[in-house]
Amino acid sequence: MLETLLPNVDWIDLWQACHDTFSMLGWSLLFTLVLGLPLGVLLFLTGKRQLLSQPVVYGLLSFVVNVLRSVPFVILLIVMIPLTTLITGTSFGVAGVVPPLVVGATPFFARLVETALREVDRGIIEATQAMGATTRQIVFGALLPEALPGILAAATVTAITLVSYSAMSGLVGGGGLGDLAVRNGYQRFQTDVMIVTVILLLVLVQALQMAGDRLVTHFSRK
Amino acid sequence: MTTTIQFKNIHKSYRVGGRDIPALSGIDLTINPGEIFGMIGHSGAGKSTLVRLINLLERPTGGELLIDGADITRFDNDALRALRRRIGMIFQHFNLLSSKTVADNVAFPLRLAGKKSRAETDARVAELLARVGLSEHASKYPSQLSGGQKQRVGIARALATEPKILLCDEATSALDPQTTQSVLRLLAEINRELGLTIVLITHEMDVIRTICDRVAVLDGGKVVEHGPVADVFLHPKHITTKRFVQESEHVDENEQDDDFAHVPGRIIRLTFRGEATYEPVLGKVARDCGVDFSILAGRIDRIKDTPYGQLTLALTGGDVDAALARFESEGLTVEALRDA
Ligand SMILES: Nc1ncnc2c1ncn2[C@@H]1O[C@H](COP(=O)(O)OP(=O)(O)OP(=O)(O)O)[C@@H](O)[C@H]1O
Ligand SMILES: [Mg+2]
Repeated sequence: MLETLLPNVDWIDLWQACHDTFSMLGWSLLFTLVLGLPLGVLLFLTGKRQLLSQPVVYGLLSFVVNVLRSVPFVILLIVMIPLTTLITGTSFGVAGVVPPLVVGATPFFARLVETALREVDRGIIEATQAMGATTRQIVFGALLPEALPGILAAATVTAITLVSYSAMSGLVGGGGLGDLAVRNGYQRFQTDVMIVTVILLLVLVQALQMAGDRLVTHFSRK
Repeated sequence: MTTTIQFKNIHKSYRVGGRDIPALSGIDLTINPGEIFGMIGHSGAGKSTLVRLINLLERPTGGELLIDGADITRFDNDALRALRRRIGMIFQHFNLLSSKTVADNVAFPLRLAGKKSRAETDARVAELLARVGLSEHASKYPSQLSGGQKQRVGIARALATEPKILLCDEATSALDPQTTQSVLRLLAEINRELGLTIVLITHEMDVIRTICDRVAVLDGGKVVEHGPVADVFLHPKHITTKRFVQESEHVDENEQDDDFAHVPGRIIRLTFRGEATYEPVLGKVARDCGVDFSILAGRIDRIKDTPYGQLTLALTGGDVDAALARFESEGLTVEALRDA
């Protein structure tokens, strides 16, 4: 039955593609969050009229973030090959894709974090300051907890962006569902493969969005 | 425990678009330990700026600001943070952390100070919530509370580190009149029981009249008048103060002058204070001096705990001069509004 409906689908390939997508997403999301959160906090703090207002530092960070965000991911993937090799020892496969994914998504996530932090009522920061809090205490005790729903929403958007970036991993042999859709489905006209992979990607994106929304609602007290 | 706050020729200007715009110019004030000091002024008068100087949320651009004799503008970061723990603050929009429960909001300053154990913190939080009457709301989030309850949480939080000074920036301006009264009563109680100095800013006369001991009237970044509330409000000298008094009593001076135009006799304003308010002085003096009086306007009320009466009278016949002298010797204040 399945054989006649989906003649070109190789289930072992498909399973491997799912596995690759998950490991690319998992690793790149982890590093993106770990690097992007402090970068976002730094962007926020050094911004105009903020706690550690540093126009020069802010201008510099902001410029780097904008540059990275304006480079199309495909180009980043190619340009970064030497750097990726340096970091992971290979520019091939999942390990070859994670660094460019992280470099592509971190500035994006950092900007979203900065925006989420700016949404925190200034009065709350002032009240915390008035209690004699240090900047570190303000960040960890007030800013991050207050901005948590916004940061979780930002992480959700970032995860979904990573899923779509990872479709281009085929260029360096990264694999994954997106790559399967492009190589077999699109380039070899195997429509059935394309449909199955796209449906799986849709399910993944939908699941990420729902999980993200749940978390946001759970932590919203407004 | 003495906590005197002294402003000495304080200036503050904000830099806006490359220019310095003055918000306060030449403030000289002394706020005494244990008193409730009010500052009143219209929007933009500089009230918030002034109160925020006391914990250096804003830095003065000139002058000295002394707390217990020490110029706080020279404090380093550690000393400043220690000072801030001795100064509580409550806000118009409460500024509670929406991500923390009521109990955690109140515990927050204690955790920041990091001096108390978990059990000590919990005990202190329970004590504070009991004081502000919110014990049963400890595990709620601020979004589940009414405005008045939120401000009570704000007060409990401000008291957590046992401060000597409490700053209130328009603390009741977002509340309805009844809730305002209950919050003011709580503040008065705290002032009495803990001996806390309260500095309160508002644009509402009634707030000042209800709980303040002394008041400063701010206009255009300057203190135009200050002193004990009764002195300032019963005998306002500056035009800004007069306007505040008239607004709060719904009196329009021009209209009143028109109304009084047809009334014969001398018109005076008589002010009684304290126990004299309830004495039958008016009738006695009128009888003795043979004057007739008609009451044109009047008000019997209280300023904080002091009853007072203020009557506008038209006096005719008999010996008016003798009557005025008698009023003064009875301890009343006489102001001539119109000669016969
Ligand atoms: N951060 C700021 N930057 C520039 N100007 C400011 C700033 N804060 C206040 N000002 C200006 O300083 C003056 C005094 O402001 P302040 O907030 O102290 O007034 P206020 O008496 O508290 O008024 P309100 O009753 O509206 O709260 C105003 O002219 C205001 O525009
Ligand atoms: Mg103000």
